[in-house]
Amino acid sequence: MMIVDFIATGQGHFQAIPPDWPGGFWWHWLFFTVVVIGFVLTMVMGVIYIERRGMGRMQSRLGPNRTGPFGLLQPVADAVKVLLKEDIVPAAADKLVHWLAPVVAFAPALMIFAVIPFSNGALLADLNIGILYIVAISSVSTVGVFMAGWGSSNKYSLLGAMRNVAAVVSYEIPLVLAIVGVVLIAGSLSMNQIVVAQNIPFILLQPLGFLLFFAAGCAEINRSPFDLMEADSEIVAGFHTEYSGMKFAMFYLVEYAEAVAISAIICTLFLGGWKGPLLPPWLWFIIKVMLVFFAMVWTRTTLPRIRIDQLMAFAWKFLFPMAIINLFITALQVLAGWPTQLMWAMIIVNFAVTAFMVLIWSRLFFRLGWGRIEV
Amino acid sequence: MAVRTEPFVLNMGPVHPSTHGVFRMRVTLDGEVVVDIEPVFGYLHRGIEKLAEQRTYAGIIPLTDRLDYISSMNNNFAYCLAVEKLAGIKVPERAEYIRVIISELQRIAALLIAVGAFLNDCGAFFTPFLYMFRERERIVDLFEMVSGQRLTYNYLRVGGVSQNLPEEFLPALRKFMDMMPRFMDEYDRLLQQNEILIARAKGVGILTAEQAINCSISGPVLRASGVKWDIRKDDPYSIYDRFDFDVPTQPAGDCYDRYRQRVEEMRQSLRIIEQAMKQIPSGPVRAEVPHLIHPPVGEAYGRIECPKGELGFYLVSDNSIAPYRCHIRPPSLINLTALRDMVRGWKVADLIIIFGSIDITVGEIDR
Repeated sequence: MMIVDFIATGQGHFQAIPPDWPGGFWWHWLFFTVVVIGFVLTMVMGVIYIERRGMGRMQSRLGPNRTGPFGLLQPVADAVKVLLKEDIVPAAADKLVHWLAPVVAFAPALMIFAVIPFSNGALLADLNIGILYIVAISSVSTVGVFMAGWGSSNKYSLLGAMRNVAAVVSYEIPLVLAIVGVVLIAGSLSMNQIVVAQNIPFILLQPLGFLLFFAAGCAEINRSPFDLMEADSEIVAGFHTEYSGMKFAMFYLVEYAEAVAISAIICTLFLGGWKGPLLPPWLWFIIKVMLVFFAMVWTRTTLPRIRIDQLMAFAWKFLFPMAIINLFITALQVLAGWPTQLMWAMIIVNFAVTAFMVLIWSRLFFRLGWGRIEV
Repeated sequence: MAVRTEPFVLNMGPVHPSTHGVFRMRVTLDGEVVVDIEPVFGYLHRGIEKLAEQRTYAGIIPLTDRLDYISSMNNNFAYCLAVEKLAGIKVPERAEYIRVIISELQRIAALLIAVGAFLNDCGAFFTPFLYMFRERERIVDLFEMVSGQRLTYNYLRVGGVSQNLPEEFLPALRKFMDMMPRFMDEYDRLLQQNEILIARAKGVGILTAEQAINCSISGPVLRASGVKWDIRKDDPYSIYDRFDFDVPTQPAGDCYDRYRQRVEEMRQSLRIIEQAMKQIPSGPVRAEVPHLIHPPVGEAYGRIECPKGELGFYLVSDNSIAPYRCHIRPPSLINLTALRDMVRGWKVADLIIIFGSIDITVGEIDR
């Protein structure tokens, strides 16, 4: 009943469910497992379509438009193609690691969605440490990537995997620090509570945090301009150079599932999650995820790639200090009670800080080229 | 505790997304840092120089198309210059103008590819590349009008060009000329001040003027190192002495300067075409040349400033219908000689963009 209501009207009323909830627990579990998997797979197809078509338009070409209306079935055609491809394992590969890597990489990407609320209380597990769980789980993919790089016994793969590990280790820190600002304002680690706490989207209260999270998130999931783990012009395809067929499709899926995950996290933390007028919450959620993803496609088509040492410098010398400053300012504001009483002042101050940081700081104190560190 | 590391050898190419064809580099890496590279050529060797010895002078022109296949018109031009010098053929006025217009259009097309491919190597995911292909497409359309081909044109002939410009060519060229500066400004807005591009390319892969001269490097790569040397100005061939254009140079000789240099050269080419369009006379487009040319015994070297540098054809005649020897001076190969000095100590990503900024075509390296 509740589920049908939710789908039809979006007015479903899901309470935070304790693990020992009698009876309904299994229904809840089953329903949301199906929802999460279905959501991830369809969203991946959706974002692949958006990326390919959007990128086509931005690059003054058409993009795929032959399969189905407006090329909508292109992801399906792609999937069928990779399914039929031969699965080639290099002779020198570490067979077990090579086989296991896509799975290890894929599982965490899916698990992130366990704590993403699609509507009020509509999530698989309303962990009271939801955001901590996400931070912990999201870096597990790196293990899969490194396994792929190592197991392929290919030098390009190894270089790509090394770069990935270095990048993820570095970018985890600004990522987490950017989250902390939100957590301070919301006063909870639960994803659902964070959305509930957003009377206005936190992007207004945390503009700098949003930018930091967006940049660090892009680096975490190898999106351009930080895509140098699979830099096609340098190291062919990075860690998945030696993968073909369905295993490659798994990595492809991971890439986009992670992109959707980061978009969903950004949308939950900064854009008010499922909140929005008129439309049902889950639709708002999907629209916002798509918008964030579109921004990622935009940066991908616009910007060249940065170099590995610049990537490191960007994380440690630019994002990290900014994240610390952002956290410090936010903490002071929370201490002074601004988020509840002086919201407008907080918006003004934080936007001023962001403008100063991004425009002045990056011009005068930090330039990518100057930030050389040896790796 | 110092971790013991050892350099490893990475075999880049011949099948690699950014080796511009089938070029291969044996790269010794220390982590991400390039210790040494060793280029390996020959994957596209077709023996064009030897083939040329078996063919009539006119029959070699299609072969030259296949040298640097993205600037075929220039290759034809250089070859025809050499034969005309050898046989003492005078080219009609209109043909000279057509040659200049066509060759400058080809230069713009080739430089567009060079810049686009360089930015692609920088990791700009095909966007600049495809934008530049959009404009190249218009140039290729113009070439299709005059020659019927879109890649290997085989348009120039010894003593002129194969046929007159069609009626619709000059209006179409006018249209292109009106659009192109706008597109060039668009690229500049998109890229010139791009923070990441500057960070990636400025100060990377510096080639000093001295090094460049020692390696006999030519073309945009040389001029980006601050040496003012352009065969169109310093040893004018055809009718280039009639046009007013500048030879831009850049101060530093890094990748960014090579990119800027190419953009500036496109603007100069537009200036030349503009003047040539105004001055173009009517008249025949081909001198009276016998079907089989028997040049007197001797030798000739015809060189032009092609988009990549000095392209030269050295022909030796023994008064037969085929050259006794045809040697080609390919700018790509000679510009590549400085690569090793330029990339040492830089990272893998820099190796790719330095290599991209030299702008080679493998068809020309492995003749």
